[in-house]
Amino acid sequence: MKIAVCVKQVVTREWQVRLDDAKTWVRDQDASFEMNEPDAYALEEALRLKEKHSGEVVVCSAGPARVSQVLREALARGADRAVHVKDDALATADAFVVAEALAGAMREERFDLVLTGLQSDDHGYAQVGVLLAEKLGVAHATIIMEVKVADGGLRVKRELEGGWFQWVAMPLPALLTIQSGINQLRYATLKGIMAAKKKEIREVAPSVGLAPKGRIATLYFPEKTKQTRMIGGAPAEAAKELVRVLREDARVF
Amino acid sequence: MILVIAEQREGKLNRASWEPIVAAQRAAQPVKVVVPGQGADAAAAELAAAEVDEVIRLEHDALSVYTADGYVQALAALIAAEAPTHVFFSHTYQARDFAPMLGARLDRPCLTDVVDLKPHDGGFAFARPMFQARVYAWVVAEGPTPHLVSFQVGAYKVDQLARGGGPAPVRTVAAAVDAATIRQKPEPPFREAKQAVDLTQAERIVSVGRGIKGPEHIAVAQQLADALSAELAASRPICDAGWLPMERQVGSSGQTVAPKLYLALGISGAIQHVVGMKGARTIVAVNKDAEAPIFEIADYGIVGDIFEVVPAVISALKE
Repeated sequence: MKIAVCVKQVVTREWQVRLDDAKTWVRDQDASFEMNEPDAYALEEALRLKEKHSGEVVVCSAGPARVSQVLREALARGADRAVHVKDDALATADAFVVAEALAGAMREERFDLVLTGLQSDDHGYAQVGVLLAEKLGVAHATIIMEVKVADGGLRVKRELEGGWFQWVAMPLPALLTIQSGINQLRYATLKGIMAAKKKEIREVAPSVGLAPKGRIATLYFPEKTKQTRMIGGAPAEAAKELVRVLREDARVF
Repeated sequence: MILVIAEQREGKLNRASWEPIVAAQRAAQPVKVVVPGQGADAAAAELAAAEVDEVIRLEHDALSVYTADGYVQALAALIAAEAPTHVFFSHTYQARDFAPMLGARLDRPCLTDVVDLKPHDGGFAFARPMFQARVYAWVVAEGPTPHLVSFQVGAYKVDQLARGGGPAPVRTVAAAVDAATIRQKPEPPFREAKQAVDLTQAERIVSVGRGIKGPEHIAVAQQLADALSAELAASRPICDAGWLPMERQVGSSGQTVAPKLYLALGISGAIQHVVGMKGARTIVAVNKDAEAPIFEIADYGIVGDIFEVVPAVISALKE
């Protein structure tokens, strides 16, 4: 089975958001970046499917030069090769542009199965996977917690809300957006890291004239809706004060 | 005109569907509501109580169970016929499954997870979280209408719904669906196991997030929970990692709770978690990051190391 995994490189969750002067994007020059977490689960699922059914895992990403870092990481974990749709403008692109850029590079590869994370930690649109499916003309299912391959098709477990699930059968080729927690992640071994150095990263330019469907007018920090009382001091003092206010003011026990 | 897509399963209306109707009413535009599916009489009648211009039942045998392919075909044709300027819906798991495909099929923008709207240049700007709700963006859709917009569950209050003087007219439209082209074959929904832990009934909850760092530290959180006669809960990553069972998860994919006390330890406050606990009467947050969004909704906050603060709270409780 020829499997593609789309991964995004995002700023780390610990990074403190700072706005640029125009307040239309963040000032992330000094930020550290990592693989978007749901995408890491998608990669792991692809590697497990390859181990079970054989084939190839190709990791794809759209973004600026720095994105090669997460591609190398994916290769070190076991992906066979990588496709990098490379353009500085993709660093801030919306879901529509990212999906179009990926589709342009992936179409001719004719993958049997494409996996993505269900959403990114930065934009959080939860759209690229589904848009990509439509652009590639393949069936999709979202928020997947289990993948079974049978009779040339798939049977996948979708997470619904409030603890409900549903099995959905569908033909291949297909695209699935993967929910975090579907599996236990593996880490790259030293051997994997060494092997990754010899693996191919194919660089592709995005098709010209990709137009976004949304524009950020301004970024802002949310105003507090609640008056928060911050309790300072050394841990012992803060703890005592917290217990006092919970007992006397909030009366929660 | 704003077209609101309501959601029903086996004839039962999803409560979240009222919220995009409230948003549409706020936008001060004519509002129509469409409810796709079979046997949605009761849901349609219920929706007709809202102050809207019309309720449309979009019917076809192939829509009796939800599939992305079926819904997109039916809704794309209806949207072409009705020509709304905006299509609103709730950012449910079902909407996430079909809305981007509908946007792509129509070649129109789809803005998701929106929490607010305001007039902008003759249209609207929409506010939505980014970077795990550490910052928000006012976003403007580009290009011709209709623009698709999904609203975060809880962004608009159902009690602010305007009800009409009498029921709105209900019209049935036969959907244009070619059943043979539907690729997904869904099976009936099911629940994994009966949930042994009912967090919704807990008066006090101690909840742990990524800041707990490892499974070996769950014990200290449990001690605090015991000292408070509280249930232990967690954010999604903790349950994903298997440090606590899934049934103790609070948030959009877990349980929604409203205890007297919610004590969040090392939880950053990503929106997926917050939607499950913001109804708590008193929220306490302990986090080493003073900028963590959890402090936005906390009543009391301590910026510090949970491994120092929690033992101190346990001893303070014993005094």
